[in-house]
Amino acid sequence: MESIILQILTGLDKGSAYALIALGLTLIFGTLGVVNFAHGALFMIGAFCAVTLHRLLQFSHVVIDETQTDFLGNPRKIEVPYIYDWLGEPLGRAVIDWSVPLAILFAVPVMILIGVIMERGLIKHFYKRSHADQILVTFGLAIVLQEIIKAFYGANPIPMGAPSAFVGSFDFGVLVGFDVNSVIYPYWRLVYFGFSMVIIAAVFAFLQFTTFGMVVRAGMADRETVGLLGINIDKRFTIVFGIAAAVAGLAGVMYTPILSPNYNMGMDFLVLSFVVVVVGGMGSLPGAVLAGFLLGILQSFASMSVVVETIPGINQVVIYLVAMIILLVRPRGLMGRKGVMED
Amino acid sequence: MGILEVKNVGKRFGGLKALDNVNLNVMENTVHAIIGPNGAGKSTLLNCLIGKLIPDTGSVMFDGQSVLGRKPHQINQMGISRVFQTPEIFGDLTVFENVMIPIFAKRDGAFRMHAIEQVTNEQDIIEAAEKMLIDVKMIDKRNEHAASLSRGDKRRLEMAMCLSQQPKLLLLDEPTAGMARADTNNTIDLLKEIKASRPITMCIIEHDMHVVFSLAERITVLAQGTPLVEDTPDNIKGHPKVKEAYLGEAAH
Amino acid sequence: MLGLTRKDTILFLIVIAMVICAPVLLNPFPSNSALAQFNAGYPDLMQRFLIFGIFAIGFNILFGLTGYLSFGHAAFLGAGSYAGVWMFKLLSMNVLPAILVSILVAGVFSVLIGFVSLRRSGIYFSILTLAFAQMSYALAYSVLTPITNGETGLQLSLNDPRILDGVAAADGSLPVANFFGVEMRDSLDVALGGWSFTFNAGYYLCAVFMILAFYIAIRIFRSPFGMMLRAVKSNQQRMSYTGLNPRPYTLAAFVISGMFAGLAGGLMVAMDPLAGAERMQWTRSGEVVLMTILGGMGTLIGPVLGAGLIKYLENILSKINDNVLHQWFSFMPDGLENVIVTLIHPFVGKGWHLTLGLMFMAVVIFLPGGLVQGGQKIAALLRRKKADPNTVKQPAE
Repeated sequence: MESIILQILTGLDKGSAYALIALGLTLIFGTLGVVNFAHGALFMIGAFCAVTLHRLLQFSHVVIDETQTDFLGNPRKIEVPYIYDWLGEPLGRAVIDWSVPLAILFAVPVMILIGVIMERGLIKHFYKRSHADQILVTFGLAIVLQEIIKAFYGANPIPMGAPSAFVGSFDFGVLVGFDVNSVIYPYWRLVYFGFSMVIIAAVFAFLQFTTFGMVVRAGMADRETVGLLGINIDKRFTIVFGIAAAVAGLAGVMYTPILSPNYNMGMDFLVLSFVVVVVGGMGSLPGAVLAGFLLGILQSFASMSVVVETIPGINQVVIYLVAMIILLVRPRGLMGRKGVMED
Repeated sequence: MGILEVKNVGKRFGGLKALDNVNLNVMENTVHAIIGPNGAGKSTLLNCLIGKLIPDTGSVMFDGQSVLGRKPHQINQMGISRVFQTPEIFGDLTVFENVMIPIFAKRDGAFRMHAIEQVTNEQDIIEAAEKMLIDVKMIDKRNEHAASLSRGDKRRLEMAMCLSQQPKLLLLDEPTAGMARADTNNTIDLLKEIKASRPITMCIIEHDMHVVFSLAERITVLAQGTPLVEDTPDNIKGHPKVKEAYLGEAAH
Repeated sequence: MLGLTRKDTILFLIVIAMVICAPVLLNPFPSNSALAQFNAGYPDLMQRFLIFGIFAIGFNILFGLTGYLSFGHAAFLGAGSYAGVWMFKLLSMNVLPAILVSILVAGVFSVLIGFVSLRRSGIYFSILTLAFAQMSYALAYSVLTPITNGETGLQLSLNDPRILDGVAAADGSLPVANFFGVEMRDSLDVALGGWSFTFNAGYYLCAVFMILAFYIAIRIFRSPFGMMLRAVKSNQQRMSYTGLNPRPYTLAAFVISGMFAGLAGGLMVAMDPLAGAERMQWTRSGEVVLMTILGGMGTLIGPVLGAGLIKYLENILSKINDNVLHQWFSFMPDGLENVIVTLIHPFVGKGWHLTLGLMFMAVVIFLPGGLVQGGQKIAALLRRKKADPNTVKQPAE
């Protein structure tokens, strides 16, 4: 029982990331009809937004501290981040400590900007091209974005810390009456799960309760009709793309303490997120979220030692296996609408 | 004995009865039209004949064999060809290739792995395709891409593709839908020529009364998923039940 | 000739001539000149041109003709490689059985994957093949370690049984792949003035297979089968209603392209008997898609050109570092020199993938028909300028 709960919890944070990326992918696919292979790169850029902010905050100047000396007896040079000068040391320290959550504020405008540039500059011209062309050009874009990041930040993973308040684990077991340390769960993963729920809720609320969202939903259901209504679709497409980019970016920002960002991380998540989208049903937002969590949890169950001992290698392939079975048995996925790309 | 016999066919979509107890008998070498107001079940019936839909009840016999449960390509191999509402052709291929493909299908069946032979060596196929294109007066367009043809030529090409297989039954789904009057008349003439030049059975689903009365030898009127009457065009024209069914959208 | 039309025969002969003369043609610069770094005429690189050319030719039979975009073809390359190394380990160091078994294993593997994946089309097909390839990759790394030797990769060892020629390893060094005694690494170096050319046995073995593969591709393109494959791409609905069953056609194309990939894998290990799981990774599949697109999908020569160009750029660009750049631009004033080097730096050396990505995007955006289309456009321009049409070369197809 304990191990089952533990696996569900472990699956949640990966599932959250899948769900967030898949949500953006579905939003783009559903409204714009574009298969975006560069979405993983957006996730990755989000993660590097956090890295960038962290580095910016640590920009320092050298201060000579007369009270201390180094081993040669000279006054010690200390690097003091500018932010200490501006905010005072305690607050400055706290800000640097909290740089990952703070990066959300930094990442939202950056990601929206990147999304808008991408849509206006490239994707827009591919609405009428074949899906194969869309896949190819966004695949190319993904390579380019990856390489740009690599050129600036190098190829090695860059470890990022969660705010010290969230370091450590939460003993979930005690809460529900199990033994101490039977179900422990890192605080930050809990935060990540909560954060992703908030984002998902916000996206759904936005689509459900605003006029803009209504048009987008109508567009997902029937693009041509909405076009005929004389609504300026183009502008909305751009905004939708910006939102999807921001969602992927935020998923990346908050994931940095769980997985050290590296220029390649987007591709790994992209492949899985596509599988998630297909399992959930192409063009279905709830399907994407549901499938994201389901597959995340499934993967963590498959990694249990009992399971791996029974069926070796299952932890590596379970997601793909499920995707294949679903595609073959129920091509429109768990919650997909009939007729979306079924041909 | 008809070449196509539809017996007690019924089809439901959820709560909607699309077809209810349809009986139809198409005699060999006749032109049989199926008409009816919108939503009468014409398209559903057609889809049941060509394997796209499987009816809930009843039987569809073609040339003494059941077509039910067969795939579209198997039904075609039995001798049924279909002309679509919007011409379905191989747009990326040349006109000549478009006509060769059905002839290959007729000669070699649903699949044959002739990866080693060259198209240019298939003399019998080439001759048959050339003859077909001459018949439909498109031989001068043989090297054009099919997608670049005019709509009328696309329709003509599609007919040529169907006829090149010498089908026993040609199904036509609103062959003049969306056409201008002149194109419609051309199509009627083409169909008349085809009928006159070879033994062939045609089954036309049509909305346009002008087309129906110029071509059909027998007409079945479908309304609300059931056949209302089946008779010769002359008798259908004045039939009170037909007028009733068409009330409001009479005389196209 | 050989049942080809005149135009195809000319193309085929040109390809044969180019392949045979490549060791000379690709070394246009004297070996001690500054430009020697642009030479591509050394065996290792030329072998890669041909091997990836075969891979791309095969992929094009599927993608170019039927339009089915597979993102999992690297799995067949990997499967072929493993099969080849196993033949070296178990049977003999002769490359022929290894290559034949590579083709066979990849063929069987692609029947299985194709049978399932081809039940769907469009993006679903792409994702299914991607899922299969990723699965193979993950399994090769983990559970299948007894067969694949996991992360280390499958290598030859002195303890291998090698039923047919096990004795050859008596001197304590690893045996060498050979073709009935001719070792793959055997080379003939010819120095001619300042130039030096290397004629390598392995290269010419690849050349034979590549020419064979190219010939098969021409025959398939011009056959009724090839026409049916193009019909699949054009209109599957009409195809069904014409009495043709699209699925066996697509499956046949899938298996053929899988076997080409297997052949490529087999040749890879014949040149260098080592197989690793990374050969199955989906970025590898992406690479072959890229080659096909870059050269021109659905054309005969396109994939070969694409494969050659990408492998050449990979090799040349990744070798250029800042020192080389400074050398090049040393004639400029220092400030300007540094600026230019800094500007070029991200695109070369380790950053050559950036160039690749940009090039790839540019091709998809501006030249969906790839290099072949580009060539045709240029040829058309020239034709318009020159009044005499006889001087204009027919665009290669």
